[in-house]
Amino acid sequence: MPLFDGKDKSRYTSFTRRSLMLTGGMTGVFTVLAGRLYQLQILNGDQYRTEAEDNRVSQRLIAPPRGRILDRFGVELASNRRNYRVLIVAEQATEGVAAALDDIAKIILLSDAQKKRVLHDIANNKKFVPVPVAENLSWEEFARINMHLPYLSGIQPDVGETRDYPYGTQLSHILGYVAAAGPEDVRNSDDPLLSLPGFRIGKRGIEKTYDRIVRGEAGDSRVEVNAYGRVIRELSRDAGVPGQDVWLTIDRELQSFADQRLGVESAALVVLDAQSGDVLALSSTPGYDPNLFNVGISQDQWKALNTDDHKPLVNKALSGAYPPGSTFKMAMALAAVQNGLSDLHVVCTGGLVIGNHEFHCWKHGGHGGVDLQRGIAQSCDVFFYEVARRLGIDKMAAAARAMGLGAASGIEIPGESSGFIPSAAWKEARFGIPWQMGETLVTGIGQGYVLVTPLQLATLAARIASGRAVTPRITHTVGTTAQPRPLAEKLPFSDDAFAAVRAGMDAVCNGGGTASRWRIAEPGMEMAGKTGTAQVRKISKEEHASGVKKNASLPWNLRDHGLFIAFAPVAAPRYAAACIVEHGSDGHPQVQMVHDVLLFAQKRDPLKLRTAYPSNAALAAPDAERGRG
Amino acid sequence: MTTRPYAAARRRLSLVDKLYEVNWGLVLLIAIIATAGFATLYSVAGGHFSPWASPQILRFMVGVVILVVAALVDVRVWLSLAYPAYLASLILLIAVVVAGHVGLGAQRWITLGPLGLQPSEFMKISLVLALARFLHGKSVEEVSKPLNLLIALAMIGIPAIFVVLQPNLGTTLIIVADGVSLLFLAGLSWWVILPALGAVAVAVPTAWQFVLHDYQKRRVLTFLDPESDALGAGWNITQAKIAIGSGGVAGKGFLQGTQSRLNFLPEKQTDFAITNFGEEFGFVGSVALLILMAVVIGYGIQIAMAARSQFARLLAMGVTLNFFFYIMINAAMVMGLIPVVGIPMPLISYGGSAMLTVMFGFGLLMSVHVHRQVEIPRHSGGIV
Repeated sequence: MPLFDGKDKSRYTSFTRRSLMLTGGMTGVFTVLAGRLYQLQILNGDQYRTEAEDNRVSQRLIAPPRGRILDRFGVELASNRRNYRVLIVAEQATEGVAAALDDIAKIILLSDAQKKRVLHDIANNKKFVPVPVAENLSWEEFARINMHLPYLSGIQPDVGETRDYPYGTQLSHILGYVAAAGPEDVRNSDDPLLSLPGFRIGKRGIEKTYDRIVRGEAGDSRVEVNAYGRVIRELSRDAGVPGQDVWLTIDRELQSFADQRLGVESAALVVLDAQSGDVLALSSTPGYDPNLFNVGISQDQWKALNTDDHKPLVNKALSGAYPPGSTFKMAMALAAVQNGLSDLHVVCTGGLVIGNHEFHCWKHGGHGGVDLQRGIAQSCDVFFYEVARRLGIDKMAAAARAMGLGAASGIEIPGESSGFIPSAAWKEARFGIPWQMGETLVTGIGQGYVLVTPLQLATLAARIASGRAVTPRITHTVGTTAQPRPLAEKLPFSDDAFAAVRAGMDAVCNGGGTASRWRIAEPGMEMAGKTGTAQVRKISKEEHASGVKKNASLPWNLRDHGLFIAFAPVAAPRYAAACIVEHGSDGHPQVQMVHDVLLFAQKRDPLKLRTAYPSNAALAAPDAERGRG
Repeated sequence: MTTRPYAAARRRLSLVDKLYEVNWGLVLLIAIIATAGFATLYSVAGGHFSPWASPQILRFMVGVVILVVAALVDVRVWLSLAYPAYLASLILLIAVVVAGHVGLGAQRWITLGPLGLQPSEFMKISLVLALARFLHGKSVEEVSKPLNLLIALAMIGIPAIFVVLQPNLGTTLIIVADGVSLLFLAGLSWWVILPALGAVAVAVPTAWQFVLHDYQKRRVLTFLDPESDALGAGWNITQAKIAIGSGGVAGKGFLQGTQSRLNFLPEKQTDFAITNFGEEFGFVGSVALLILMAVVIGYGIQIAMAARSQFARLLAMGVTLNFFFYIMINAAMVMGLIPVVGIPMPLISYGGSAMLTVMFGFGLLMSVHVHRQVEIPRHSGGIV
């Protein structure tokens, strides 16, 4: 190699040697890189594949359509309607959630409370979960949002479904309402649906009792999302199971009539099928608009509902416990006949002295000679003092319980009160004082410790009318299950006893008794009934001496409650009713209401109309018809 | 080739001879690798040529022209242009720091006409040229003399300082690695190398304390424990590993990668482009690509060994090593072996300056190959 001088040769040798060293190094590096690829792609490939899949696929819950609640003729009492709403996805709000909300607030009305709720929901969910900002928008508002959409980051207009109660307040106490699930609900439930922001669950009434049935089961949509959580496409979709319908025994028309008839009073009225116990109407006034809770009730509205002295949130028909007053005498009369007192004859002088205490009859001058029928018709207190004295508290309590008083009926609406029937043993245990004869007498006319609900009173009326232990039931078919309706057992009272009591109640209305002013005159539709008055204040000895104050002279909340139980028609009873008007004994508005309602019921006669309940065959078939979602 | 006498031996080559001498096999190899890059950019754009694949193809074609032109230029011309090129690059580099505009949070670009240029990219090649020229005049003994060593280190250090100021840690590393490798190849004494390694061991903690930016430190810390911040700074590494790892043996198939298409990968078209390749073509494809690159490097080493002047040898080895360092740092980075330092994968990643300088580098390598019989006296100043 003559071309190289000596120095260059040594440089070449050195270069070659060191190049080979570097080549060795580079080979080493490539080996390490290949080794790393082997480790990542072959040894841990499966693990990374799973992670990539997790990255890619996000599961979105789909809320199923909520089942409807229908009346006996298939009228929708609770259904779903379109809900124009605006959602926000935190991750896509490039200017931040607060700025996005401010932008929306320029287009539609957005309260500070709403903004706060949105921020709270966003903080509690993953950043790609859409959170509702505003719901139930008008079409106009919705259109305006859509128009401004290009300038709104992270905002998604959406058409969802929301609960609709077309009859508003009229059925509020039966249906209840739905509202967003609270943190407590989410914790106590294993249903993933509850974690969906804005998901509504039944909070009261039938909506609550059968929530799991009308709610349905969550569907899910597996979607491919990008790193920002934006949905790229749907991979698979399971629509879930739509909520099932609940069929009530209610007749919507009768219900509406009853509700309107109660008007502005603080009152409750129940109409039953006297033979089966089906609830045809169950009204408690005032009601509330269940749509308010669904849309989101304001602080002021909530406060107003809670502070109203007519208690619109309380279902008085089954949560209100009242002294039954004279309506209780019907149970006593049955016990009297059963215990051989059918021929009892008492002379009423306006009072009965036991020991050193005088027990007054409501009629100051007395009724004179009174037998069972006249005792019922005139509601003579002294007669029933005597009945009570002879029966004793234990037999009285047994008769009352047999007639459905003092125990929860088990109706399918939450919040039922059991009422109360006292006993000697109870008093001894509770107060350590023995039962007094005076208490027996007071109990005999439905005062003292006795408490009943209007629903129990309606049951009492139905049991008198049918002679059977009918139990009130408000649902016919829940989902795919028709509720069992066995024929009620006969009550432990003789036919004579029932005949005597019915005759007495007939006399109350049609025989010059206490309700004769409001008798039903239409032939074949006559009702039999029993009035009652429940004292809510204590009347002192002095007041008795100087004359009991008239109700009209008392403040509203101290006036007596007016009660009335009835059935119709007298000859072959099919409808049973009970009504209480709080602090409304004056002029017997409750009797007039029952009169109107029972007359309306008989003229319309829903029990004769063909019901629209799904047949068992239809229920067994796959839900072709219910695939509304 | 055997049918024709070795043309280069005649020393004076016609243009046609030179074109004949160009190693077209190597050019084809480079084109194959670049095509893998086009496919990757096409895929990360969701199956579209825009916005990345078409400009990249255009740049590559320009790059091929640059390669061929550079190959046809006599290697002695490159010798004489070495210092001016270095000076020009240095001036541009300083200009960037002074007047450069901000891109990706770092001052790296300077606008020259319609082109956004990254002078630090050119500096890598210019430094190789200048150092090769400087060391060409030095015998093995002279290389380790203090004055020469000082000059060589200054040639490496001055641009390194400006690049690190930009701040661009990755390119700084490559510049230093290129320079030091050339010194090593030129015969730097072990008596200098070993104490220097010792000094580096001392300097690293110092640099950590005073030189590195917070974001660079964070990258290093994140690298050491990526799980600590899986959604923040560790996101890049975690997602890149998921992308590559999920490719498995055979890959998910072309256009089937989900990680980059769904934007789980940051910088999916630039520094992390290769992860998409790994995801879609798996272990088989990735190793094949690595082998292709290794073959290119092998060609480079062979060309360097065959050259008959120290300048040509150092130049060829320098650009080859430069190519290698790119690959090493990028691959190691996306596979989580080293911290994320922001170095593209040559021929694959989207980017103009990198593509053009890499192709220019191959052009220089090819020039060495074409002119491998050219001898250059030690004190020659070239032929311009």
